[in-house]
Amino acid sequence: MEIGVYSFGDVQRLPGGQLGSTAEAIRNLLEAIQLADQVGLGFFGVGEHHTAQFPASTPATILAAGAATTKRIKLGSSVIVLSTDDPVRVFQQFATVDAISRGRAEIIAGRGSSVESFPLFGYDLADYDKLYAEKLDLLMKLNEGERVTWSGEFRRPLKDALVVPRPHRGRLKIWLATGGNPESSLRAGLLGLPISYGIIGGRASRFTLLANLYRRAYEEAGHDPSGMEISVASPGFLSEDAKSAKDTFFRHWSRAIEAVARERGFPPPERRRFDWESNRDGALFAGSPEEIAERMVALHRAMGHVRHFLQMDVGQLPHREYLRSIELLGTKVLPLVDQELR
Amino acid sequence: MSRPDLGIIGAGRVGTALARLAMRSGYRVFLANSRAPESLKLVAEVLTPGATPVTAGEAASRGGLVILALPIRRFRALPVEELAAKVVVDAMNYLPEEDGIFADVEEDSRSSSEIVQGFLTRSRVVKALNHVGYGELEEESLPGIEGRRAFALAGDDPAAKRAIAELISDLGFDSLDAGPLSEGWRFEPGTPAFGGRYTASGLRRALDAATR
Repeated sequence: MEIGVYSFGDVQRLPGGQLGSTAEAIRNLLEAIQLADQVGLGFFGVGEHHTAQFPASTPATILAAGAATTKRIKLGSSVIVLSTDDPVRVFQQFATVDAISRGRAEIIAGRGSSVESFPLFGYDLADYDKLYAEKLDLLMKLNEGERVTWSGEFRRPLKDALVVPRPHRGRLKIWLATGGNPESSLRAGLLGLPISYGIIGGRASRFTLLANLYRRAYEEAGHDPSGMEISVASPGFLSEDAKSAKDTFFRHWSRAIEAVARERGFPPPERRRFDWESNRDGALFAGSPEEIAERMVALHRAMGHVRHFLQMDVGQLPHREYLRSIELLGTKVLPLVDQELR
Repeated sequence: MSRPDLGIIGAGRVGTALARLAMRSGYRVFLANSRAPESLKLVAEVLTPGATPVTAGEAASRGGLVILALPIRRFRALPVEELAAKVVVDAMNYLPEEDGIFADVEEDSRSSSEIVQGFLTRSRVVKALNHVGYGELEEESLPGIEGRRAFALAGDDPAAKRAIAELISDLGFDSLDAGPLSEGWRFEPGTPAFGGRYTASGLRRALDAATR
């Protein structure tokens, strides 16, 4: 199983208490990508956000810098909010990252649970489903060949249009991202796309039912079984000992969640619940390397996923501790998982 | 006492979790989504084995109790005729930050369930099961135990409310009568009760603490 990291570009907190610069957060993110490559991790994802805390608004730009300064790690969006973007542009940007990295770029396309991009780019949230379906359709079409003829509702038709550069190996890997709506698992299976589950709370294993739905839909649609792949993205953090990992992560994770909860009318997270969710079958992977490796393997045995990647830098988590966590993921967790699943 | 059959309209996260939980508690479930039943067949087979996939109209007519677990944006597509005279649980929420502005609710000063009742004029709407995360339904259900997590219900028909209190108890939770449907705003998004974990007495205090 591949192990990796994803990030929305967490802004630091300055000694005086105010938020640090968004530009610094982008540079920190690039440093994290480079370290992840050096410690042997398999994937780094950058997730599009447009907030003062999470300024990674253009994943492909950051990934291009990562592509030029890393050797082996795969680089992807996690996720790109396809509904409010231009699929032609998205394809071109990731094909460019793919060219620079010689075939290491991937697109993970989602509908997005944070919705700032809709007003920012002038889209109506009411069109959410239709926008996503149409733009995904065009993106897949662009992946088939350099000349594209296509028509849809939200833009003028393309007639034998040339879309370049072409990906290093002819095609980009395009994943469908979902937070657990059954319809999305069904859709990924019917379209024959690999699926990426964002499991950010509750019991992680409840997604095994959805994974079964995905596999059944994929098989019944008759797609090439080699493309049937599942990945899991979840919050997590590592320190040498379990208690300090959980304490540190709770301090920052709860701050990030609190901001979302306030906006959407949910209560703030409780430590008791966090402790439950960051043990055994829970969705939060904060702990010691041994503990996290064991829990990833246990989930793998239930879900059969091929990649597990963690979001660690949330709620102004200190950059130094973030880098240490990435290092532990690569140097401690990865060998333990490899050994267990060999 | 024999349990009524359950119709569930909406086969997303909430609808499928409720269907599994209800079947575990001995209910027969008729599950519908807003699309054609063909796309639902596989969903039901894998996610809610034992539930019968049907159209929304059939879920409404075959269910003794009917739960609305679809996006509130689609409520005007509900089968009004088939839902007439039925006890209908409104488990929907209006969350503009997640789902976008929906003028039918945004520009109406009534609570969302009153708006739904205003559309389903001949149904007996009870607001319930809306203020709990879908994942928590199956994780925290404790059938047959007192003093467990409690859910609020609001409605204008006492018999309908009794039926839903019994359903909630069968699903493994306590219930608390929050009053008429017009009091349903007390457990809408943004209130202390919404998403909060309480036993009945704590839930009562949370409902009282709500402000608009």
